[in-house]
Formats: sequence, structure tokens, C-alpha cells
Amino acid sequence: MLQRIHKAQLLMDAACEITGRPINIMEVCGTHTVSIFRNGIRGTLPKSMKLLSGPGCPVCVTHQGYIDTVLELADRDDCLIATYGDMIRVPGKNGSLETKKSAGNVKMVTSSEDALQLARDNPGKTVVFIAVGFETTAPATAVAVKQAAKEGIDNFCILSNHKLVVPAMQALLSDENNRIDAFLCPGHVSVIIGYGAFRGIVKQYCKPCVVAGFEPMQIIEGLAEICRQIIEGKPEAKTIYTAVVTEQGNLTAQNVIAECFEPTDGYWRGLGIIPKSTLILKDKFSKFDALKRFGITEKPENDTTGCRCGEVLCGLIDPPQCELFGQVCEPQNPIGPCMVSSEGACAAWFKYNRREKRSR
Amino acid sequence: MNRKKPDKILLAHGGGGQLSDQLIRRYILPRFANSTLAELTDAAKLNLDSKSICFTTDSYVVKPLFFTGGDIGKLAVCGTINDLAVSGAKPVALSLALIIEEGLAFDVLEKILDSIAATAKENNVVIVTGDTKTVETGAADQIFINTAGIGVRLDGVELGFGKIAVGDKIIINGTIADHGMTIMSLRQDIGFQSQLKSDCAAIADLTCKLLTETKGIKFMRDPTRGGLAATLNEIARQTSLGIRVNDADIPINPTVQAAADALGFDVLNIANEGKFVAVVAPQIAEDCINICRRHPLGQQAAIIGEVVETDDVPVVEMTTRIGGRRIVQMPYGRELPRIC
Repeated sequence: MLQRIHKAQLLMDAACEITGRPINIMEVCGTHTVSIFRNGIRGTLPKSMKLLSGPGCPVCVTHQGYIDTVLELADRDDCLIATYGDMIRVPGKNGSLETKKSAGNVKMVTSSEDALQLARDNPGKTVVFIAVGFETTAPATAVAVKQAAKEGIDNFCILSNHKLVVPAMQALLSDENNRIDAFLCPGHVSVIIGYGAFRGIVKQYCKPCVVAGFEPMQIIEGLAEICRQIIEGKPEAKTIYTAVVTEQGNLTAQNVIAECFEPTDGYWRGLGIIPKSTLILKDKFSKFDALKRFGITEKPENDTTGCRCGEVLCGLIDPPQCELFGQVCEPQNPIGPCMVSSEGACAAWFKYNRREKRSR
Repeated sequence: MNRKKPDKILLAHGGGGQLSDQLIRRYILPRFANSTLAELTDAAKLNLDSKSICFTTDSYVVKPLFFTGGDIGKLAVCGTINDLAVSGAKPVALSLALIIEEGLAFDVLEKILDSIAATAKENNVVIVTGDTKTVETGAADQIFINTAGIGVRLDGVELGFGKIAVGDKIIINGTIADHGMTIMSLRQDIGFQSQLKSDCAAIADLTCKLLTETKGIKFMRDPTRGGLAATLNEIARQTSLGIRVNDADIPINPTVQAAADALGFDVLNIANEGKFVAVVAPQIAEDCINICRRHPLGQQAAIIGEVVETDDVPVVEMTTRIGGRRIVQMPYGRELPRIC
């Protein structure tokens, strides 16, 4: 292993030397962010190589308007909110789902199937599944919706905020202030969409896009592959996570997404509105759309906390550069979503990288 | 008199009348038969070998009540024994207080009492006094248990943060996170199916061996809630010294690691119920490991790190498997499973 690390480090040094300036590589996915911090990878890289944590944590990019809508539904006696665990602490305008949980109408689930089962078990309530996540969780949501339609489970619906990764990466690159030289592309998402999905980015922006797994050696070798491409001046879309990521991805999963959802312009925290980046249910499944069922509209964006999660998500600043970081915004008292999710850049930084000087 | 066993606990079983009396005489006393308890006095009278004792208490609430590797009864005995053990004492006697929710099935109660009795017997401690209360449905979750324990301090053993010095080695007696991941896998709202087993066990026999056969153990603690991370951080905080641990040296069952990875948990933050962390003088570290490995509860014992000097605010730092370094923070409350 140490030999492989050494070989990778030589490539990184060579790439940094060739460019003559710092190289900024964005790891898009939150699971990569955590693995990078947990394994102390940043400390093993050349000083002129910088890793930026990207917008690939579903909780982090969820905007406050969506959370406020969820909270409004949680207040209804006829609703049961089914949510993934790490959504429950995200603060909205008035509290979080955790504060509503004691009232008994918020349930933690680990899959859309669990949420559907909750609907079967509670015929007197409408179960609203908080459908967040990228292409990884969207197929499972689609399957649950199709199953509900098939079984005629009418007391089930979803509040969709499923996001698409590629439009967000394009939006980041289209910002002229961006500092991104290459992407370390998400492993889980790429299982679904295939590494071929990043070709458009490579073609349009000439940035290497390399998919890697989550083991530390995968990440290091993914970074080395990016460096090899930089040295050779030939950016390409590639996977080194060959065990599970193919060029085309999982066509069955892509088809079920396409059958149930269509992309629409959607709001991302910190990134604003990104065209065709958010999935909503197609008309034929509209009775499972919580917004339509309850005749409500999503609350307007209301991000007035002063936190700089948005800039963190774009790789423009490191978490400690936010004035709230570690002062008022901590995992116990998160102000922004990047501190809530265990996969958020701020939480990872706080947990694995925070040092304080001894006061003398 | 109706001799038929009742199915369920009634509020009246805690009312101090006939039903209370029946509960104690039929179900509790026979299981813990000893002369001190049999007197049913308001307080137990104990004759101890030493004037120097350790005294501790802990309450136990766990859901589900029964899990692979243990149950709330075994946990309530082992947990209190372990608190005495890591304080440098030989456990002698326990109290047992039950707070039972109305409606608990007698079969369940009996299973728990059997487990308490068996665990106490295996570990040579006696239950010398106790109490039973019942509460209305919803006021407790099936059963809560409190045990307090008294132990006799081992001769010449002085443990404390103050004895810890730079260069001391950190030892653990086996794999981490087994208990916490087992419980989480069984909880309904996580629904993670797997083959995990809690490490729930009483470690006093092993700690007594270590403390009597070696000289130079500075400090011990059982890394329960908050896991190894909380214990190591507490040592750093109390000593104002740094802790350096080596990821590759920390024993972990691969299934536990896989379950934790799948849910996005850090195994260092997950509870253990049959482990101790010991800080020992460097020259006895290998002896300690050898003693552990001869004992059933120390087969996978390992030296996982050492105490180091630091200029910064003291932190626990880990050298990762790839040679990187990262900080191990004090865990902050409840861990939440992640989305994908």
C-alpha cells in the first residue's frame, strides 16, 4: 500500500510542478469528504494541491424553504412525516424535525420502502416521504411511488427534492470565480448514471472527471489519475472504481427515474436556481406529489442565518473562514446544513481537523 | 389462595401489599438466595475485608431488552461490576432496583431476573438489597433497572488521571463498537439486519488479574457511551496531554465496521459493554497484553497508542492506515444514520 501511495504522490508532485500553481480538485460527494477527513488524506498531499468539498451532500444543498415546507406538513394532524435520519436536525425558520419528533408524527426511515410500509401500517394518516438525495436514492423513491400506484396505497405521497449531480457541477464551472481544476466524481451516484455522464463536462470545460470509490486508496489513486491527465494535458471522464461503476451505469435505475420523474429548475442552497437540476413527479403520478395533494406551494427561500454554507459548497472558502464556524455553529447547535449532516464539509472539518491553540 | 402465575405486571405489584410481597418472595428472593438479602431488612449489613471500598451506581435503559450477546439484566450487573473493576476494586455486592411498566409480561421479567442471577453468580457478586416499583403504562419503557455496587479496593492499587505521564501506553482488551452496533441494528427505526453480537461482559476478573500481577497501571475506564473517542478525549482533557492512537492497531470486527460504514457511523463513538481502556507505564505494556490474551475477555487485546506532549489544546490524534493524521473529537450526542 505504501508503495502505491508513494507512486501516487510522485504523480501529484509532477502535476503541481507542471502547472506552476496550486491545483484545486473538488470532491463532489459528501461520502468522499468524510473519508478524506477521516483518513487524514489532506495531510498526505503536496502543499500545492488543494481539495475543495463540493455540493454532494443531499442535506447540505437542501434549502431552507423546503425544510420550512416539511415543518408545515409535520404540524398537520393528518400527516406522518417519513424522513432519512440526517434530515431531522436541519434547522428551518421555526425549529427542526427533531423538535417535532416528540409529537410523534415524524418517523425515521432508512428507505422509501420503509416509508411505504409506514403508509400501509397507518391507513388513517397520510405518510409524506421526504424524498431527498441524488441519483442514488431517486430510483428507490420512484419504485416506491410505482408500488404505491400499483397497490392503490392512497395515503402515501412524496415531497421531492431529489437533485441531479451533473447540472450542479456545470453550474459551478459556469461561475467565473470558480477555482476548480478537476472533479473527483461521486462513487455511488456514478453507479447509477455511469462515468460516461461526465463526458459533457470534460468536453465543454476541459476538466478531468475521475470516479473513485470511498476507500482511502481509491481516493488517492483517483487523485493520481487526475494528476496524470493534467500532466498529459488530456482531460477525460474515467473511473478507477471499476468494480461497480460502468460507462453506461445502471440502465434499469435510469429508466425508472425517467418513468416517474422529470427534471425541473430547482433551488440549491448556496448555488441558487440551477436549470433542470431537480426531479419532480411526472403528471401521471401527480397524486403522489405532496405539494399537489395538500394544495401548498414550497415556502420561499429564507436563508438569513448569515452562515456561509453556500460559499463552502462552491469550494470558494474553507469552513473555518465562515465567522460562525466553531463559534456559534457547532454540531450540537448547527446553523447551516453543512454542519448538520455527518457528511457535510463543516461537520467533517469540525470533527476531524479542528485544532485550538492553548491559551497561555 | 390462587396459585396461578399472573401473566402481566399490575400496578398493584408495586403497591406494597400482598401482590408486592408475592412478587418479591416468589420471583425475586429465590433467584438471589443469600443470607443478607433473605433478612429483608431496610438496609443490607455487610462485613467487608477492607475499610477501603469503592461505591458506584448506574441506571440501565435499553431497547430492545434482549439482544444478541445479552439483555438488560446482564447489562445491569456487568455495567456496575465494570465501573468498580476499572476503579481498581474487586466487586463484592450489588443492590438491584427495578422500575417496571404496568403490563410487562411475567415471562419477560423472569427471563431478566434469571439473567441477573446467573451473571451475578458467574462473577461472584451477591445482590444484597433491592427495590421494586411499578408505574403506569407509558410512564416507563417496559423495565428500567438501577444497580449500585460496592467493591473492595485492591491492596496497593492507586489509579487516577494524575498518574498519567508522557510515554505511557494505551491498551484495550479487544474489539470496539460491538455493543452499540448490535443495539442499533436491532432498533426498529433503523431496521438494519445483520449478524452482530454485543460484547456485554463483566471484566473484573481480568482487571483484578492485571492489577495484582503488574505494577504500573495508571488509569482504567470502561468505554461505554461515547465509545473509545469519549474515553480518550476525557483522558486528554483531564491530563492536558495529547493522545496519539494508531488506527491499524485498534481491534475491530469487520462486520461491525461494515455496518457502521453503511450507516455512516464512526466506530470510535460507538458504545462498548465489555471493554476497558488502560493507560500503563511503557515497560509493562507487553506484560499487560500477555495477561489479557490468556483471559477469554482479552484475546484481541492490543496497544493502540500512547500519551504525548502537546503545545496545542490537548487533542486525541489518530494516525490513519494510509499514514495520514486526523483528530478524534469528543462525540456530540446522538449519531444519525445518513442518507446515501
